[in-house]
Amino acid sequence: MSNVAELLRGAMSRAARWETGLAVVVVAVIIAGAQTSPQFLTGNNMFNLGLSNGEIAIMVLPMTLIVISGEIDLSVASILGMASALLGVLWSHGWPMPAIFVVVAIVGLAAGAVNGLLVTRLGLPSLAVTIGTLALYRGIATILLGPNTVANFPATYTDLGVNGVPGTGDNMTYSTLIFLVLAIIFGVVLHATPFGRSIFAMGASADAARFAGIRVKRIKTILFMLSGLVCSLAGVLYTFRLNTAVQNNGLGLELDVVAIVLLAGVSIFGGKGTMIGVVLAVLAFAGLQNALLLTNFNQEATGIVTGALLLASVFVPNAARWLRYLPQKFRPRKVRSPDIHPQEI
Amino acid sequence: MNLRRASWLALAIPLTVALAACSSSSSSSSSSTPATSAPATSASAQASTSSSAAAGGGLKTGLNVYVIPKQLGQAYFTTSDSANSGGAIAALQALGETGSETSGTAATPAAQIPAIQAAISKGANALIVSATDPTALCPTLESAMKRGITVVTYDSDAPTCRSLFINQAATQAIGASEVDILAKELNDTGQIAIVSAAASATNQNAWIGYMKQELKKYPKMSLVSTVYGNDDATVSTQVTQGLLQQYPNLKGIISPTTVGIAAAAAVLDTPKYRGKVLLTGLGTPDSMKKFVSDGTVKEFELWNPADLGYLAGYAAVELASGKITGAQGQTFTAGKLGSFTIGADNTVLLGPPFVFNASNIGKFDF
Repeated sequence: MSNVAELLRGAMSRAARWETGLAVVVVAVIIAGAQTSPQFLTGNNMFNLGLSNGEIAIMVLPMTLIVISGEIDLSVASILGMASALLGVLWSHGWPMPAIFVVVAIVGLAAGAVNGLLVTRLGLPSLAVTIGTLALYRGIATILLGPNTVANFPATYTDLGVNGVPGTGDNMTYSTLIFLVLAIIFGVVLHATPFGRSIFAMGASADAARFAGIRVKRIKTILFMLSGLVCSLAGVLYTFRLNTAVQNNGLGLELDVVAIVLLAGVSIFGGKGTMIGVVLAVLAFAGLQNALLLTNFNQEATGIVTGALLLASVFVPNAARWLRYLPQKFRPRKVRSPDIHPQEI
Repeated sequence: MNLRRASWLALAIPLTVALAACSSSSSSSSSSTPATSAPATSASAQASTSSSAAAGGGLKTGLNVYVIPKQLGQAYFTTSDSANSGGAIAALQALGETGSETSGTAATPAAQIPAIQAAISKGANALIVSATDPTALCPTLESAMKRGITVVTYDSDAPTCRSLFINQAATQAIGASEVDILAKELNDTGQIAIVSAAASATNQNAWIGYMKQELKKYPKMSLVSTVYGNDDATVSTQVTQGLLQQYPNLKGIISPTTVGIAAAAAVLDTPKYRGKVLLTGLGTPDSMKKFVSDGTVKEFELWNPADLGYLAGYAAVELASGKITGAQGQTFTAGKLGSFTIGADNTVLLGPPFVFNASNIGKFDF
């Protein structure tokens, strides 16, 4: 028991260091943003920051759980696109909105279940499976809507996409509110329940987890289904924000989602990560994108942020080790000569 | 285990409280300095300090005005917007405002709406928008107006969510006159087709509607097909080639879009079709000079896009300064273009379409 406690404490302190670094980055981004533009800290800008990053932030949450469990889901943006297309098609056929929400949620769950079952029951690598479904679900969206655009959604719903939550001075979007509520729920589930601990356990070692009686396949399938459900919700929000259902909605967002999860210090190999890190990573990512936007940086080129953050979050944790081995590369050759290390021959 | 769960709850509760505090603090900070009015107040302060500006028409200076065409990098919008061509930004600069052009790189609502939201983010006082879709943009434009931002549309309207639309030429006049031009060239006889832009484009569909009405005057002419090139040169070329193969007896094409007419003209610019399939529509002089000089196209129309943008720039500043509200019958002066009166449906009309042909095209350069 004391061993486990010590392990936990070790994990906490390891994570704490990464999160402290992230917090410093967030503060730096805020200071830099405020320096570059007087608009940065206005409520107006915070609202639009939430608006343009809300769906991404929401999709980050289930992705975090999946990555901690040792898998990945690259089909998130395609599920968003499929949900958006489905919403558009059903609405243009005159379905009532509540019924559409139910169907979209069910399709999202089903899309996640397909991912989960292919990964767990057929034992296929999730990277390959979800690259496949990335193309597959986007294809379904294209079949559903074709080249059409559906844009006549009722104002009651599009207001959810572009207006603020009442009582926040029109400065907080519904997507931000949903993200915060879900982040707390996901955080509690991940860090304070047996379910959450089994996710960490299977991420550290799926075999060990299975021997310990954790139903690895079942839990992973649930996680993929959860991701499908949350992404379809993000698809609905995305559609209402742009008041546009079109087959290529959300194209390429999976990269931003993965970049944020890795930036949060979640190990791509599973078993490590915290929800507080994820929230900080979302803030750092959104703040950086937004600061660049305000400096009139080419909007289409903000992919630079995603790319740089992705590389930095993979490189920095390994930098110390890399630096330690660096001198060896420049050591004189004779050091490795057979005279000194005869056992190498 | 209970202890650990409790400790997590203990962590979660302050977090929620902190978040709530964050949101309330951000709202309170904004109520003390309302984000949308902050630049406006600084602008009015500027205006009040320079009394000469106030005397010269009472227009506010230092406004942040964003010009948001359907798409960036299209010659037509570059002419209508840029300072060099005497477009919207030239007008804004003349009035002492800051004008910037922004939009997506594709002419779709999904690309344009984030650009509008970004402009709101950057503290825009006024938006001058050419709508890629009349309905899709509405919630975003309405939310901008709710934040006190002036919204003017030009070139392509979003009728229910702006204060004023700057109409390049009477919709009816454009649609009807293009059919008349073609009828004159065809002696009122033959199959014709239309090469349009996007199927959802407001202005295109309005013009096509009037073309169909005008065609009733010419019983021997028939409209066989309307195809959509999405304002993309490659797609427009493909759909034009498709038309020629599908309708071997086609005598004329109307393309009321600058990208479409240039692509169609390039397809028709072969001995096989030149003079046999006639073409007219809306084009820019620069892109059509070659085809007019070699006889592929005899006449086509357009307005001056730079004047359109220039007028939109003045109208946006007049509105943002509270000099006009966009109501019918109000008048304002737009610099070198003179005086304009707001017509029905909160619309200002630039003027009649202008016909370009071999005798006058050399005088124009845009």
